[in-house]
Amino acid sequence: MIAIWAAKIISTACRLSGKQGVTFAGKVALKIDPNILRDLAGQVREKIFVVCGTNGKTTTNNLLCSAIEQELSSGAAADRGQQSGRNSVHGRVVCNHTGSNMLAGVVAAFVLAAKNNGTLDADYACIEIDEASTLRVFPYMKPDYMVLTNLFRDQLDRYGEIDITMDMLNRAMQMVPDMKIIVNADDALSAYLAMESGHAYITYGITERVFSEEEQGEQHEIREGRFCKKCGAKLDYEFYHYSQIGKYNCPNCDFTRPAVDYEAFDIDMSEGLSFEVLEKRVNCGMAEKKDGVSWKSDRNVHQYESRHIFANYHGFYNIYNILAAYAAGRSAGLGFDDFEEVLTAFHPQNGRMEHFQIHGTDVVLNLAKNPAGFNQNISAVMEDKKEKDIIIVINDNAQDGTDISWLWDVDFDRFGANVRSVKDDSNGQEAAGRTMGEGIHSITVSGIRCQDMRLRMKYVDIPCEMVEDVKKAIEARLADGCGNLYVLVNYTALYSTRNILAGME
Amino acid sequence: MKLTIGHLYPDLLNLYGDRGNIQCMKKRCEWRGIEAEVREFQITDEVDFSNLDIVLLGGGSDREQMLVCEKLKTIREDFHAYVEDGGSVIAVCGGYQLLGHYYDTSDGRIAGLSLVDLYTEQGSPRLISNIVIENEAFPYPIVGFENHGGRTFIGENQPLGKVLFGFGNNGKDGAEGVLYKNVVGTYLHGPLLPKNPHICDYLLGNALEKKYGKKELSPLDDTQELEANRYIVERFVKKQNR
Repeated sequence: MIAIWAAKIISTACRLSGKQGVTFAGKVALKIDPNILRDLAGQVREKIFVVCGTNGKTTTNNLLCSAIEQELSSGAAADRGQQSGRNSVHGRVVCNHTGSNMLAGVVAAFVLAAKNNGTLDADYACIEIDEASTLRVFPYMKPDYMVLTNLFRDQLDRYGEIDITMDMLNRAMQMVPDMKIIVNADDALSAYLAMESGHAYITYGITERVFSEEEQGEQHEIREGRFCKKCGAKLDYEFYHYSQIGKYNCPNCDFTRPAVDYEAFDIDMSEGLSFEVLEKRVNCGMAEKKDGVSWKSDRNVHQYESRHIFANYHGFYNIYNILAAYAAGRSAGLGFDDFEEVLTAFHPQNGRMEHFQIHGTDVVLNLAKNPAGFNQNISAVMEDKKEKDIIIVINDNAQDGTDISWLWDVDFDRFGANVRSVKDDSNGQEAAGRTMGEGIHSITVSGIRCQDMRLRMKYVDIPCEMVEDVKKAIEARLADGCGNLYVLVNYTALYSTRNILAGME
Repeated sequence: MKLTIGHLYPDLLNLYGDRGNIQCMKKRCEWRGIEAEVREFQITDEVDFSNLDIVLLGGGSDREQMLVCEKLKTIREDFHAYVEDGGSVIAVCGGYQLLGHYYDTSDGRIAGLSLVDLYTEQGSPRLISNIVIENEAFPYPIVGFENHGGRTFIGENQPLGKVLFGFGNNGKDGAEGVLYKNVVGTYLHGPLLPKNPHICDYLLGNALEKKYGKKELSPLDDTQELEANRYIVERFVKKQNR
């Protein structure tokens, strides 16, 4: 109880002083009571979901949480709530909304949701966990479901090579043998992990080709995991969606993209994201429960059910986030009948395509912390055909990864366009004939490692301005920009930039 | 004039932004009116070294390095002749380790190319840091980032530089990288060349001299490159000495 009080006081104090105190509050609670997570997680009445994977954790997890809250506030679940005299609907799903996803952040989410007497009134928990932290969280908290979004190279100096991350996740999975895995079938690395883990799993994916070869011809993305994890042969791809995400099979062994349980098709990204989801449940039969009842037969749901989905956001990757949340809820037996309304009301926060209105300028803040995420961000920015200013903020603090060489694995080239000749004022030479792409009004580089970012742009012949101080960079573009500003930031720049923008709004 | 740059097995050896090294060499040729062709070799491709002026061997995970080392045996003889004939090579991280005789890991020995008399042993912990080195032969310090479990020993060979900040070859003898004929081997990525234009031009100059007998490169405006270089030196070396 003291742990809960202390954490709450710290969190409130930090919030009042404008700081993110969630992680610190969690650390203090753990110090006072090391078993507090086991204690509180054990009080969750229904299911605990965790979301893992390199990109998309926060959006997927928050969306899942919103959809479950909606489910609880309507229909049978709400009746049950009323009968037991509970009225705080939102309090019934524990969620680490802010994306604090290491052990202390997970602890904080539970502690801050608990009552001062040490009890937790929650039906569900939706918790995102940093891949490396699963090994520290799972001894205390046994999830019912793990959503595995994707695996990309990310912060090599912190996590090491992707093989190391996969090994950690596998060991974490083995700590919770009954946990079911909801996995992205289109990522060979994630799918391999789920299929080889021995756990029950279900899959989601996009089976149709979305981007033509011409559209992808200009991209030179790093494709992780092109080699079969099982036998080492180079995987055959029918097509790629982005990075190594696509439709694959191994020409040398039996490894292949698993059958898809939740399949998106008829994808239209001309205005927002529009697609159909077909529910097939082909892998569910593998989910034999211990009592012999199969996973799919213990729920009263229609099979082969198709549903239209529309979301007013940009970014192809968000289709995967939506699919993942939908598949997770449906797999757990939730109806998600109001899923469309949830999507309409859902506004990604915490710098995931978060919008700000500042003196007539529409500002979009988006986190981009690794090559795959950044490439998807570039796609999302370019999907917006309006003229825009772009600020790129790169820090190299410990949480960002101190190694920023990944900047060179991002296709910044796509912000450029070919022109016949450009006179380079700095050295009077005819430069190699590139400039900013269509619709790009300006590019500004900022943050601790703005020098590296400026060089990165120089070596693709795209002009940019360097303003190290983030606030000054934003002020400059608000003053002389075109009224449509994208701010792409890596991790530690996120909160400070968000505070700056919120302060200006 | 034209230089052909061979990128060996980028599918497998592509950690740590090695594409930046390729891009840097390519651009610094183009800006000078020198044609630059980049040829990427897949693991199944034949490599004809006689058509290459610079070879880049990048870094990969231990597992991927193991996959590559099988292939390397088949090109060892041609690669050796290329190096002895003064061919330019830039080998980074895992690629640097593969230049030597072997890399001993807990999972066994990865045989190297034996192009340079050096060897590597796995150590713990991994050596992860920003790094600054210097060599009197170059006008500016060399800066980058290192992340390696292997400890490399270069014997009597000349290092690429002396460590001012960071770990270097093995964290003990103060040496980083190796220079042998026209081969540069190093743990520095970040990537290496954009922030170290002097190293890029050293490679280009050597390749031009071998091919055309002339080494002079027209000067470029390196203000931004050298500012980025100086930022790292001042942040890590100057602070340390304060």
